[in-house]
Amino acid sequence: MRQQPNKLTPFFENLNFERDNNTMVINFGPQHPSAHGQLRLVLELDGEQVIKAYPDIGYLHRGIEKMAENMTYNEFLPTTDRLDYIASTSNNYAYALAVEKLLGIKAPRRAQVIRTMLLELNRIISHLFFIATHALDVGAMSVFLYAFREREFAMDLMEEYCGARLTHSAVRIGGVPLDLPMGWLENLAIYCDKVDHEVVHTYEALLTENRIWKMRLENVGVISAEEALSWGCTGPMMRGSGVKYDIRKEEPYELYSELDFDIPVSDTCDSYGRYRLYMEEMKQSTRILRQLIPMYHQSTPQLMAHAPQYISAPKEEIMTQNYALMQHFVLVAQGMRPPKGEVYVPTESPKGELGFYIKSEGEPYAYRLKCRAPSFFHAGLLQEILVGTYLADVVTIIGSTNIVFGEVDR
Amino acid sequence: MRKYTPKDNVQAKSYYSDRFWVAPRVPREAVEEGTHFDRVVATLRSQIKLSYVEVGQLVIHIDANENFAVIKKLKEECGYAQCSEQSAVDYLAQDGEFELFYQFLNINEAKRVRVVCRIKKGEAIESIVPLYKSANFAEREMYDMFGIKVNNHPYLKRIIMPDDWEGHPLLKTYPLQGDEFAAWYEVDKIFGKEYREIIGPENRDPASIDRYDTKRFSRVGYEVPFGADISQGEVAKEIEYSKTLLVDYKTKSKQLDERK
Repeated sequence: MRQQPNKLTPFFENLNFERDNNTMVINFGPQHPSAHGQLRLVLELDGEQVIKAYPDIGYLHRGIEKMAENMTYNEFLPTTDRLDYIASTSNNYAYALAVEKLLGIKAPRRAQVIRTMLLELNRIISHLFFIATHALDVGAMSVFLYAFREREFAMDLMEEYCGARLTHSAVRIGGVPLDLPMGWLENLAIYCDKVDHEVVHTYEALLTENRIWKMRLENVGVISAEEALSWGCTGPMMRGSGVKYDIRKEEPYELYSELDFDIPVSDTCDSYGRYRLYMEEMKQSTRILRQLIPMYHQSTPQLMAHAPQYISAPKEEIMTQNYALMQHFVLVAQGMRPPKGEVYVPTESPKGELGFYIKSEGEPYAYRLKCRAPSFFHAGLLQEILVGTYLADVVTIIGSTNIVFGEVDR
Repeated sequence: MRKYTPKDNVQAKSYYSDRFWVAPRVPREAVEEGTHFDRVVATLRSQIKLSYVEVGQLVIHIDANENFAVIKKLKEECGYAQCSEQSAVDYLAQDGEFELFYQFLNINEAKRVRVVCRIKKGEAIESIVPLYKSANFAEREMYDMFGIKVNNHPYLKRIIMPDDWEGHPLLKTYPLQGDEFAAWYEVDKIFGKEYREIIGPENRDPASIDRYDTKRFSRVGYEVPFGADISQGEVAKEIEYSKTLLVDYKTKSKQLDERK
């Protein structure tokens, strides 16, 4: 019999759980350290087994899509940093690419090289963050410290390039704002060696054959290929289920069609397979970065696309030529007016498919902007894969989905 | 006279537009014969109102009542195994309609299709959760943001905004700063409406300083007791330094420190 709440005996949902049907309802989060942000999971437990899971999101909602409708296209770009704040440049890039597709312009070669470099560097940053927090959740504290050390070096590189460590805004619509500083490529090459070495000799040496790590991850969070497709899983979550689909390879953007890299796939469908996948992807990222270094030297120094209707001229022209100054003034004061139309542009962010849908009515403000965030759909998946698992595995599965709440709640 | 602002769309608008400027359109290409998109169009021929290719993706406009049937065909006969995204665009001000879009991905062909349909205000749309589970969260978000009801959805509830929220934030009639309900949401919920005057509106200016606030601010040379009313004027005071006694342990004498 369910307890009838009244003023004298208020309703405590777990007071009578032993008498009723032996299930307990608990709140996991929104302040749980393993919830990777503001995730509130309402779990119904039978003993230690989850029989129902309800992910409750929205604790980090800032209305970014609403803000996009009230900002000009260039104004909105720094706001995209706050989506997936672990790898900001991938958001900046996905947005910039969507607007470029809408405008029908293409970034010059050097900008493409720099953007691809930054994207892969961000992939490494994000994957290092993943392995650090995932290992910490599962109980491997030392991996957290080692992975964060390498992540710091990558953030130093980002800082050297754009001045920011977390909210980069390092990409502009039509190109990149700056050329690489002196000595940056040499540091990047050193860093690639370092990552390759650390991935093999530290993280994989500590974890891959680690008995506890394998016991905690193997056959935990199993997602079949059909489930992964149906729930909208993308990126490592989809490739971890044996579906070989990477947007960089299948629908190449930027320089990925010219680069030589492999798409790792795992068919174990569990958390351990996804962990192996992340490790392999980091190695592939350094492989891409090494190929990009000579490509940079072969490119000409133009950084922004030449499209005077939409993109301001370089600073030297603005300061010397009257017409460039006039155009710059109009573009800053009013904002660019892209053509009417709608566009959906997917990119492969470290978490999965990050796409921007932009509906333009020819005004300086987007009529509608929808950010298709991979973590949003991965958070939705939790209500299915958590059922039947044990409470201790919930932490592993959340870590393995690699969701980031800036992106889930937007 | 007060400047006229339309009430049906309160989003930011450009303050200047050239009278003679006509916005160009992103080119819409016809579906080429023999391509994958051509086969998709041929499969759905009878249900398509309009089809074209825009920026490399097939766009098909359909009747909103047929959305489930069309999408089922798209999944089962054309191989579109993943629903990447689903949401709406608010065209209530112009047409009294919402434009809904579904974004699909075919893994084997690496092709994307956008299915577009329009519904009138207050109409509901059929859920596609039986076909694609990713639509579960996407349709809930659409309901939350636009108030579009979805028929036969397993759990149609607000997802991002609180359950007791009023209004739907992505409507064009909803202001960016929020409406009155939003402004007083926490106060009403925690203390009750009668506390609105006591607590006062939320201060959204991070740099604001209340000149007469003696609870959080003080001015050197005009020190007053905590919470004193200074709106009628204040008296300048000499700066009082804390007094330091210098102790000589040999002679056991103390004297005031005058070395400032």
